[in-house]
Formats: sequence, C-alpha cells, structure tokens
Amino acid sequence: MIRIYVSSVIDASADSVWSRIRDFNGLPGWHPAIADSRIENQQPADRVGCIRHFHTRDGGLIRERLLALSDFDFACTYEILESPMGVEHYVATLKLTPVTDGGRCFAEWSAEFECAPGRERELSDLIGQGVFQGGFDALKKLFSRR
Amino acid sequence: MLQKVVRSTVIDAPIERVWDVLRDFNSHHQWHEVVQESRIEVGRQSSQVGCVRAFRLKDGNFIREQLLALDDREYRSTYCIVEATVPLRRYVATVTLKPVTDGNRTFWHWESTFATPPGEERRLRDLVATGVYEAGFENLRRHLRQGMDLQHRGAAVMPSALPVSCRQVRQDRYGGPEVLTLSQGEVPAPGQGEVRIVQRAIGVNYFDIYLRRGLIPALMPLPGTPGMEAAGTVLNVGDGVGGLMPGDRVAYLCPQPGAYASIRNVPAETVVRLPASIDDEVAAALLLKGITADYLLRDLGRVSSGQRWLVHAAAGGLGLAVCAWARALGARVIGTVSSESKARIARDAGCEDVIVAPNYQFSRAVLRSFGQGADVIVDGLGEQARDENFASLAPAGHWISLGQATGALRPIDPDWLVAKSASFSRPVVFAYTQPRTRLVERAERVWQALAQGQLRAPLIERHGLEHAARAHERLESRQTTGALVLVV
Repeated sequence: MIRIYVSSVIDASADSVWSRIRDFNGLPGWHPAIADSRIENQQPADRVGCIRHFHTRDGGLIRERLLALSDFDFACTYEILESPMGVEHYVATLKLTPVTDGGRCFAEWSAEFECAPGRERELSDLIGQGVFQGGFDALKKLFSRR
Repeated sequence: MLQKVVRSTVIDAPIERVWDVLRDFNSHHQWHEVVQESRIEVGRQSSQVGCVRAFRLKDGNFIREQLLALDDREYRSTYCIVEATVPLRRYVATVTLKPVTDGNRTFWHWESTFATPPGEERRLRDLVATGVYEAGFENLRRHLRQGMDLQHRGAAVMPSALPVSCRQVRQDRYGGPEVLTLSQGEVPAPGQGEVRIVQRAIGVNYFDIYLRRGLIPALMPLPGTPGMEAAGTVLNVGDGVGGLMPGDRVAYLCPQPGAYASIRNVPAETVVRLPASIDDEVAAALLLKGITADYLLRDLGRVSSGQRWLVHAAAGGLGLAVCAWARALGARVIGTVSSESKARIARDAGCEDVIVAPNYQFSRAVLRSFGQGADVIVDGLGEQARDENFASLAPAGHWISLGQATGALRPIDPDWLVAKSASFSRPVVFAYTQPRTRLVERAERVWQALAQGQLRAPLIERHGLEHAARAHERLESRQTTGALVLVV
C-alpha cells in the first residue's frame, strides 16, 4: 500500500475554501489539470455515493465515487473506479482545518493505493505533485487575488 | 457543560524542530512566559507516559499535570490537570502537530475540554485560549527565532546584535581575475528584514565576471565583492523577518553582489530553506541555474511536448539544466558546445543532437534536424552568433537572450523580427523571483525535479574561497563543464 500526504496553508477561511471545493462536480472550476466534469445519472453532487465522470487536460477519463462528505469536518473522501493511471484500491481524502490564528486554513490531501511494482515513485510524483500540490497551488492563487 | 477551546497556528519551522521542543513535557519554563518553573516529579523522565510535571506560574498559581499519551509518529501529546489552584476541572488537552509539506512548516493544533465553576466559563476559556495557547504560540515562535532550542542542545548561538568577522573576496579595481583577493572583513548585525548567513558553498556564475570587469559599475561599486548565490546556515535574523530562524539550512539568490564571503547579510526576501536531501554545494551550484531553467521552460518558453529547443553552451551549468529538464518535459533539444568532450556531456544530458560549433556556425545543422528551425532558442552567445541564431529560428519562434559571451548584441530592429514573426526576450531572473513565494515555489520545483531525476545533480568543480581568481580563470577559459562552486 502506498501512502501520499501533501499539505499546505491557504490564505482564506476554511469556510470560504470549503464552499469552493465541496462541490464534487466542481474540479474544472479550480483544478488546472481537469478539463470537464459531470455527475453520472443526474445525481446531486453532494449525494454520498454519486460518481463524477471527468477528463484531465491530457484527455484521460477518470471516474470517482464519493465515499464521505462532511460539512462539519470540511472533509471529503472518494475512490477511483476507473482511470488511465494504473492504480488499484485508490482512496483519497481532502480535508481543511481552520487555523484560528489569522483566518487561514490548513489543507491536507492524502491518498492510499496499490500499483504495479516499480511504478510507485512515478505515481507518487504524479499524484502528490501534479494532482495534489498542483491543486493547492491553484487554490492559493485563487484566494490570494481576493 | 464541558467547555471546549481550540487554537491553531502555523510555525515557520520544520515539524521535527517544533516537536523536539513540544514533546519534552518539562520544557515549558524554557519557552512559555507564563511558566516560572517546571519539574518532573519523583525522578521520572519527561518522555515517560504517566509522569507528572509541577508548574509554578508567574502569577503565583500552581498546577500539576500528568502526561496521558505521547505519540512520536503522529506528533501528538495528551495531558490532564491532576491538581491546580486555578478552577479548571476535568481538564484534558491535546497538542497535535502536522507537517505543512508545501514549504516545510508546521501546523500546530492545541485543544482542550474542561469544566468550570458556574459563571467562570468565559473567564477561564479566555485564560486558556489567550493566556496559555495563543501566548504559547508567540512564545515558542520567539524561542525558535532566537535559536534557544539549538542553544539548549549545546550548539553555539551568536549574540544577534554583535558584528562578526568574516573572510571575503574583495576587489579594489575592475579587471582580470587577478583583482580578486581574499581579505578580512566584518559583518554587522542583520538589519530590518535581513538574515545573517554562515556560508559553506558559493555559486560562481558568468554574471560575476561581468561585475568583476566593471561592466555594471552601478551594481557593484568599488571596493566590491562579487557573487549572487550561496548556501549555508542562518546565524541570526533581523527584525521583521518571518519564516526563517537561526539554524535553518538555506540558500539565496540575491541581486546585490557580495556572496564571495564566509558570512554575509542578505534580504530575507531572497532566501529559501533547503530540504535535507539537498546539500550545500548542490544548492549553491543549482539554485540560480535551476530557477532560470524553471522560468525559461514554464514562463517564457512554455515548454510542451514535441517543441523544438536550441540551447547554446549546452554543457555549461545552465545549459545542462535546461536541456535535461526540457527533454524530461517532452521537448526536443539540440545543444551547441565548443568542443567534442563537451558534446558527450550535452548528449548525456538529453540532447538529441549536439553541434560542435567553436566558430558559432550552427544554423545549417539546426535546420537539418529541426526542419523549419527552433521554436525556442536559449542564447548566451550574443553578437557573434546573432545572424546564425536568427537563421535557426522557426516561424513564430522565441529567441531568448540571456547573456552575451561573444560581445554585446547590437540593437534589434523590429522589422527584422517581423520576417519570422519572431519574439525576442531579454529576461532577468529577479523579475521571476518576487515576491518570495514565487522564489520558494520555483526552488521547490527545482529540488523536486532533482529528486525525480528530471534534473541531474550538477557536476561540480570546487575551489576554495581564497582561489576565487582561479575559478574565474577557469570559467572564462570555456574549459569547464557543469558548475563552479567556491567552498568556505
């Protein structure tokens, strides 16, 4: 089992960042690597169990199921059902925690998965840097302009 | 009803350093101002779960607290009050640290639940939240900033207000390498916004030669000390500096020259902390070149798969970084070099073709490989390669002029560019490193690329600080490959 953990500090309250990222169908609105997204079967995006169906900018199709959503803990957990990355049993959590000092928030994005031997490093970099840190960098930019 | 207090902050220090202080159940009197004295009862260790600490507070109160849990893996400590002259009842508190991987800092979460006598809820919540937790955040910050935690471990900490002596390379006139001589100097206490750095490795760049020759006297008046990048350890910090503390391993990229020295003050804005995996010499050798490669690839060249890059001086420090990184990001790269031995090195860095062009004749070979020409040219050659560069450029190509080793470029006529719908850039690295967050982001991408093998650890040619003149001779001779570093 491979574990990835990336964390950052975003200069906006957990409330306002959460209102941006809680939408399970909203990745294209803030994540630079995502081109489009829809929720399958016309489900609402905050229904636990719904599936988002989206494309990355390089054309890859990914389907992910929402496993848990907490407006109380500012957290969301999901699993990958289908992707070109070659990962198995992939479960990820994105979570915000308020930093009481200064109205900022602490953002954590973690994942666990399995993959073919020898691909651990490549996938850790792709997911940790490309997806997670890339997303945090975009959020930091988004909220620094306000 | 049980009261709950939560306070959290971000400390600009790596988690190991913060945890080293907080895991010690008997350390509060060293850093928290409300605590007058602290001791662990009956000869136990402060990391022994179950031990009891007895506090006497500055206001005369007395508190005994017991360690209930200590977790070095999760960076968590839980404790309760067993006896106190303050009416906090059933008080249980937890301190949790988490790493902020983006910037190597620490998120510190401190929370507790407790009961109070009726009517005292508000007063006691404020006491805990403000008097203990928030004050504790500030006190620990100051403790780290002053390097008190390092001192405690027996390391030497310099008084921050005193000047310290240093060795520095100085020149009293502009000219050849021989004007660089070693002398004794003094470094004053860091001023507002500055940090004082004990340097161990200093990067030598071609730009230093321009300064030495007196081509930019406004930037380095005499007597002067060249050098714009180095790596070492923070000795102390001036007022108004956040994010850096004594003992931090750092590197910097500073527009004001003066790096050829054993100790130096620089603006904190120009300094990045180094991850443990990057040693001083690699940092000094790669910071400027890596950051330059980063803005060339991402901002100016907008590197993409299949894009055609022509990189001059491909076996030099910057050339190797640009070639390897561009290739790893999917571009096609041709390099030019001045000799066969350098060609091997450039090929090894990922160039699909290397042109040995001691007389700067390369356009025919470029067009042969690239068809219409290069989409991006990274040019440090300057005037003597001017027409060859233009001939090598693809339609709508981008010619980026970074240096002029063969002489200053004559002015470029816009009507000349229009023939190829070409763009011409003359960038300066410092426009791409401000504010500091941009510098930090770029540096992190460089270290990441190094860890992933997109960039290779640079070949380093070392010289002692006292041999700066020889290092310049070597660089000007065009015989070096990779990066030159002065070691202190």
